Amino acid sequence: PYKVVGLEIHAQISSNSKLFSGSQVQFAAPPNSLVSFFDASLPGTLPVLNRRCVEAAVMTGLALNCSINKKSLFDRKHYFYADLPAGYQITQQRVPIAVNGSLSYSLCIDNKMSQMVTKTVRIKQIQLEQDSGKSLHDDVRSQTLVDLNRAGVGLMEVVMEPDMCCGEEAAAAVRELQLILQTLGSSQAVMAEGQLRVDANVSVHHPGEPYGVRTEVKNINSIRFLAKAVDYEIERQIEELESGGTILNETRAFDSKLGCTVPMRDKEGKQDYRFMPEPNLPPLILYNARSLPANMNHQQVVNIDWIHERLPDLPSVKRAKLVEQYGILPEHSFTLLNEAGLTEFFEDVIKQTQMKPKKVIGWILNDLLSYLKQHSLTVKESPVSSFLLADLLNRLEKKEISSTAAKQVFAELWKGEGKTPLEIVKEKKLQLIQDQEDLERICQAVMAIKSGNRKVLNKLIGLVQRETQGRSNPVLVKQLLEKKLSE
Amino acid sequence: QRCLSLIKSTKFLNAYITVAEETALKQAEESEKRYKRGQPLGVLDGIPIAVKDNFNTAGIETTCASNMLKGYISPYNATVVQKLLDQGAVLLGKTNLDEFAMGSGSTDGVFGPVRNPWSYSRQYKEKSVPKSHSEDKDSNWVITGGSSGGSAAAVSSFTCFAALGSDTGGSTRNPAAHCGVVGLKPTYGLISRHGLIPLVNSMDVPGILTRCVDDAAVVLGSLAGHDPKDSTTIQDNFKPFELSDLTDVSKLSIGIPKEYHAPGLSSEILALWSKAADLFKNAGAKVIEVSLPHTRYSIVCYHVLCTAEVASNMARFDGLEYGHRSDMNKSTESMYAATRREGFNDVVRGRILSGNYFLLKQNYENYFIKAQKVRRLIANDFVKVFGSGVDILLTPTTLSDAIPYMEFIKEDNRTRSAQDDILTQAANMAGLPAINVPTALSERGLPVGLQFIGRSFQEKQLLTVAKWFEKQVKFPMIQLDEVKRHDHGVFQHQKSASFLEHRT
Repeated sequence: PYKVVGLEIHAQISSNSKLFSGSQVQFAAPPNSLVSFFDASLPGTLPVLNRRCVEAAVMTGLALNCSINKKSLFDRKHYFYADLPAGYQITQQRVPIAVNGSLSYSLCIDNKMSQMVTKTVRIKQIQLEQDSGKSLHDDVRSQTLVDLNRAGVGLMEVVMEPDMCCGEEAAAAVRELQLILQTLGSSQAVMAEGQLRVDANVSVHHPGEPYGVRTEVKNINSIRFLAKAVDYEIERQIEELESGGTILNETRAFDSKLGCTVPMRDKEGKQDYRFMPEPNLPPLILYNARSLPANMNHQQVVNIDWIHERLPDLPSVKRAKLVEQYGILPEHSFTLLNEAGLTEFFEDVIKQTQMKPKKVIGWILNDLLSYLKQHSLTVKESPVSSFLLADLLNRLEKKEISSTAAKQVFAELWKGEGKTPLEIVKEKKLQLIQDQEDLERICQAVMAIKSGNRKVLNKLIGLVQRETQGRSNPVLVKQLLEKKLSE
Repeated sequence: QRCLSLIKSTKFLNAYITVAEETALKQAEESEKRYKRGQPLGVLDGIPIAVKDNFNTAGIETTCASNMLKGYISPYNATVVQKLLDQGAVLLGKTNLDEFAMGSGSTDGVFGPVRNPWSYSRQYKEKSVPKSHSEDKDSNWVITGGSSGGSAAAVSSFTCFAALGSDTGGSTRNPAAHCGVVGLKPTYGLISRHGLIPLVNSMDVPGILTRCVDDAAVVLGSLAGHDPKDSTTIQDNFKPFELSDLTDVSKLSIGIPKEYHAPGLSSEILALWSKAADLFKNAGAKVIEVSLPHTRYSIVCYHVLCTAEVASNMARFDGLEYGHRSDMNKSTESMYAATRREGFNDVVRGRILSGNYFLLKQNYENYFIKAQKVRRLIANDFVKVFGSGVDILLTPTTLSDAIPYMEFIKEDNRTRSAQDDILTQAANMAGLPAINVPTALSERGLPVGLQFIGRSFQEKQLLTVAKWFEKQVKFPMIQLDEVKRHDHGVFQHQKSASFLEHRT
């Protein structure tokens, strides 16, 4: 059967103040400390559009290849809920700010990083709207606690068409969107802080038949859970249909503990939101270089072209540049961008070392990254700085130490005791012994212990290595032993 | 102080919901000091004013004459209130209205109806025939009109020099006409609505009530202009103006819209309207009949758009953040329902229900969208007429003079509103400026006014013509026992320098 997955993503706009009022936007502030008169819906207050939020939406629209609507409108969406003080949300239902875009993302085939395929999902639209407050249900005391700090914060709702077919695709698409938003700075898009929220629309049907009934899945708190939730829901629907049942057009919540979706109780019956134009906000007019009136106050105007010119490199562009500049593999570039700060770290090391990027990347991805993951640290928190790593790699390049020794030094550096690679090398006596005479003496000593035999040459080399704690240059040792043995 | 004592002695009018005696006296004191220093803040410094109780006033109760907001003390001032205070005006108190400004009589608020001061005037008493001498003379009192009845009564009875009202379908002009005062509805977008508790956001404007046209111009001058807090105010710079005395009306073109000869228009007012037209004609102005063909659709159109916006605007009253909250606490929904049932009167609830009906998905296209299109047609009627060379339109303001309360309440609020708004609501639909000028007394000794409608943002022209007309008709001063005055002229408009005279 064909699996059809669409996504509705709400990204909190990264701005100092809210979409329609001047109160501050801040995570985890004391309850109800960031609430303006307008946010509390005090009678007589009016919305005033925040320019920064408009710019964020335009940037995002441009980055997603959308057409930016030069005229867009605001509407009221009515429903009663404790976290919606005005009894309606201001959104853009009729004409949103951006439409008809696309997002490209990559997937690994069969979990092998070496085989990546590019997919595209269409972006239906991006609309500006208000976030709601938060309500906490206290069943013990039969009360609901309402915190309006979040009420009125600007959101960009990004609607992705049902072009995806499984959890992995959905997750990859969202991950790429997250990177784009973070690169633009239009949203910090951290799911754990509620800055990025994803709802999935899932349905299945047989090829050639019309689309099946879709369900909406909410309460997805991470990208990993997104993949799980989508895959579970697909399976559930397939099983349901195959056993002769039907799919209800309902909203389901993902239960992360049980790993399944369950029907949500309070969405009974279809809601009629009684959409109405927002009378207190004139149409939002955006300009480009051509349509910009001459005598317009610069402060009052958002110029699409001006924003376009100042867009930073998007992730896909950054990756391509990395591959081209450093000769690394495409999948390497994905990993670099996937980890906050890793690309900068990599490039910092490159700047400070003679080691080729193709070799450096191995250290970054296999050593540094795995240590970070093991200890659940971010790049920023790395006890090994780019300076230290570059130093270490330089010594390796200059053959001052072997690669095995280098790994040992790295492990020491990781302890973060403030020692430099040189200090550690000296301390642990890890220097490669380059001196010929020294090595000769050592070999003779070893040979004195064991009888000379060509077949045990390798064993001897091993013994020499062990004796010298890995500091001897193996090539030299082999030469010397051979020489000795042939004497 | 004189005003405050007058308020007390006219308490039976029920024009004020809240009298802010302490703060008013303090403000007056400060103003005195400024004058002594020779540093008044402006023309309005020290002038006592009243504000309709649907404007937010910090520290002073704002109720909208509703149980929903009884006891509500707003933390901020409406922009227009702040502007008046910044000019040194003395805020005497908040005036009575129909609940949430819904109504045309100022009879449907929780604090009771407002009585028209003219009910107690010598002019009215002389003309009224007592039915039987055992009848309480009080029962014959007439309404103020609405919904800004309290403000109109306050100005009319001399308890203040100017008052703020609001105008959504005629709520400033209608009571102005019935109470014999000047009622100005400015162009939509000229004066900030920030802090005015909304009825219909796309039609509401703050209204100005004064005893003469010059005073209205002064107040307008201190209120108009862009407000960043209200995105529907225009950006253009507003220049306050002083009204010159028009001597030559020959360049004026006055339009008489024939559709305003509405069913139910009293013959008295019809005759007055005609007389007024002749007045302009004889003075040399061009007076022509014009047509606003979509006028007859305006009531239905207004009903749909008004109730739809009301349903939306009232959604915030849930008892959660402010205002009345019911004791019902079984669930959030039941608390909301009980709070709204207890807090709103029938009129408000009726409009909410209608409005929600029109906004339902299946009805939206047929009602709301249709009404918006009709609104466009109504507005275009005016554009065409003004585009054809007409400067000002002259129409009646009300269908008749003020009727007795006992008669008024025989029909319900909706019926009354539909009847009474017919002459005033089109100006709100089109966003145009309009003004009621008290013209003459009816046969029953009650005020009758006429309305001038002007072009968008051409308040200067509108008020100039209104002032000329005011001078011609010489509307008489109300003769109220309670109003002790020693230096007032016989004619009300002679108080044009009233703001300055008050200083003496």
